[in-house]
Amino acid sequence: MDTVLFLSPVDPDGSLAKPALEALAAARELAAALSAPLAVGVFGAETAPAAKAVAGAGAVKHLAVQGPDFGSARYASDAAAWVALVQAAGASIVIAPHTSRTARVAAGATHRLGGRIDTHATSVAASEGKPVVTRWFYRQRMEALLSRPQRPWVLLLDPGCVAPWQAQGAEPALEAVPVALGERERRTAVRGTRAPVGEAQTIRPDAKLLFVAGAGWTKKQPDGVVHSADAEKLILGFLDVAKASLGSSKSLVDQSGEGGQVLRFMSHLNQVGQTGSTPRHPKGLATCCHGEEPHVVGWRFVGERRAVNLDPNCGWARGKADVLYVADAFAVIAKVNALLAAKKG
Amino acid sequence: MSQGFHIVVCGGVVPDPLQTLEPVAGPALKNELMLPACLDPWSAHALWEAASLSAKAPGSKVWLVTLGPKAKVQQVMMAIAQKVAFELVALDGPAGGFVDAHETAAALTGAIEGIAGLDRSRLLLFGGWESASRGTGITLQLIGERLGISDQFQGVDHLSVQPDGSLEILERVEGGKHQVSVCAGPPATLGWATGSLPEPRNSPQMGMQNMKAVMPSLQKAKSSPVGLGGIEYRSVKLPKAQRETRIVKDVPVDEIASEIVEWIGRD
Repeated sequence: MDTVLFLSPVDPDGSLAKPALEALAAARELAAALSAPLAVGVFGAETAPAAKAVAGAGAVKHLAVQGPDFGSARYASDAAAWVALVQAAGASIVIAPHTSRTARVAAGATHRLGGRIDTHATSVAASEGKPVVTRWFYRQRMEALLSRPQRPWVLLLDPGCVAPWQAQGAEPALEAVPVALGERERRTAVRGTRAPVGEAQTIRPDAKLLFVAGAGWTKKQPDGVVHSADAEKLILGFLDVAKASLGSSKSLVDQSGEGGQVLRFMSHLNQVGQTGSTPRHPKGLATCCHGEEPHVVGWRFVGERRAVNLDPNCGWARGKADVLYVADAFAVIAKVNALLAAKKG
Repeated sequence: MSQGFHIVVCGGVVPDPLQTLEPVAGPALKNELMLPACLDPWSAHALWEAASLSAKAPGSKVWLVTLGPKAKVQQVMMAIAQKVAFELVALDGPAGGFVDAHETAAALTGAIEGIAGLDRSRLLLFGGWESASRGTGITLQLIGERLGISDQFQGVDHLSVQPDGSLEILERVEGGKHQVSVCAGPPATLGWATGSLPEPRNSPQMGMQNMKAVMPSLQKAKSSPVGLGGIEYRSVKLPKAQRETRIVKDVPVDEIASEIVEWIGRD
């Protein structure tokens, strides 16, 4: 019989973030569908607050690796914690959230356990008594349903695919799992985080709206002049009043490397598409974007999509967006900003 | 690092990103061998970064290790060889996205272990943080683990060598930020995101120099019939991508703006 383990690092304050609670909900459902026992494993500098979040999930074991060494997202120490928790739980199926921290370490730890791993799962279920996983291939161009016989089988679940677990009842006691680290595990020191450019926080994973800016913002306008400064002001203004996250086409972020007019707050971190991210926002508004497949790939998981550009036959927008406004994005966004600001009061 | 680095870049060949792809039974891609191919985009960034680092650290050397159908690898090398200097280590086998990453990692590890003169104490294992085919982001990590490398970094955008020989590394994390880490030095595994370098310009001289070694390397490429690794694919299908697009044309800007504002505010 399989044993399903929900495994996750905790946040710096010891709590479990939304992607972790989503993975817990998926692990719980899979365990129920397989009639398998569920275990919970968490690691971090301070794990006690996580117990509250897993209350009522029905786990038979609640395990924790805790200590200052496990507070930072460092491969060597995270791998040691991961392996210890899977072994302590006797887990054959491991479900964890797909975050930058788990993605860095899960495959290496799985190799140490002699198991197999699949990442970017978008759903986990049971079929004919076996766990089955849905994931995308070729950068979100095709979707596959697959299963594996090997154990332990580690699955990283993409954020935004499952409703998060809501704690209920009394919090369980966490059982400490000891992990000893040597000098080899301490060769790397994590110094913190750094925002890449400018002061503006333009990437907001939890925003309801993704605003995608295309290269058209930095092209010559009807007066024959490039208006990058105006574009910057309009886009930042929109992000501020709409509380949106900013995405970009590859062509726009590439311009910085080619000496073209650029938007100063834009970097490769904003890029969506083939070599960028595929964010999951409920709504997306594309402006001045052209081209087809890279944008389709980047927008695969965006719910409602609207676009503003000057080409009614735009290959990307037609058939991919719900509404295409054939208009000057500079004028439209200026007006939208004014209306949203007035609404905000 | 007075002796320089030994940088091994792992990179696969993938269908050109602008190609329309369709799955067929196997699973595989329809007309897979006919599709134009390129070096996996994030691996390519890793290769540009490797070449740049190598140029700055005298005594360094760059190897490009790849697993793919020989003819495809040759086609891709004709373009890549003109960009930067490297020595090719090729394995002849399937490069499709449905092949199991664990099998691919085992084969590539074997190829790296077979590189003559590779100094593992100076090793920097580079690659893309995810591929454009399987997109799992695990192959490089598995290779690093198989090679016994205990310092790994993924989503890397920047690497700088400090005066004491340590490595400062910037990795992408949530919220559009970078995590800053300092590693004591090689060996280390770095899965690159886009990095910070543009694609190098073509250099025909570089191409001719590289191709002198690339062709013999391709001829020597060992057959590596990696497979599905026990994965049972129950279905592979294209998503329903077509939407009924409403075109709003010749409408005043005020009206369009009002409609967008109403849409944004709707739950």
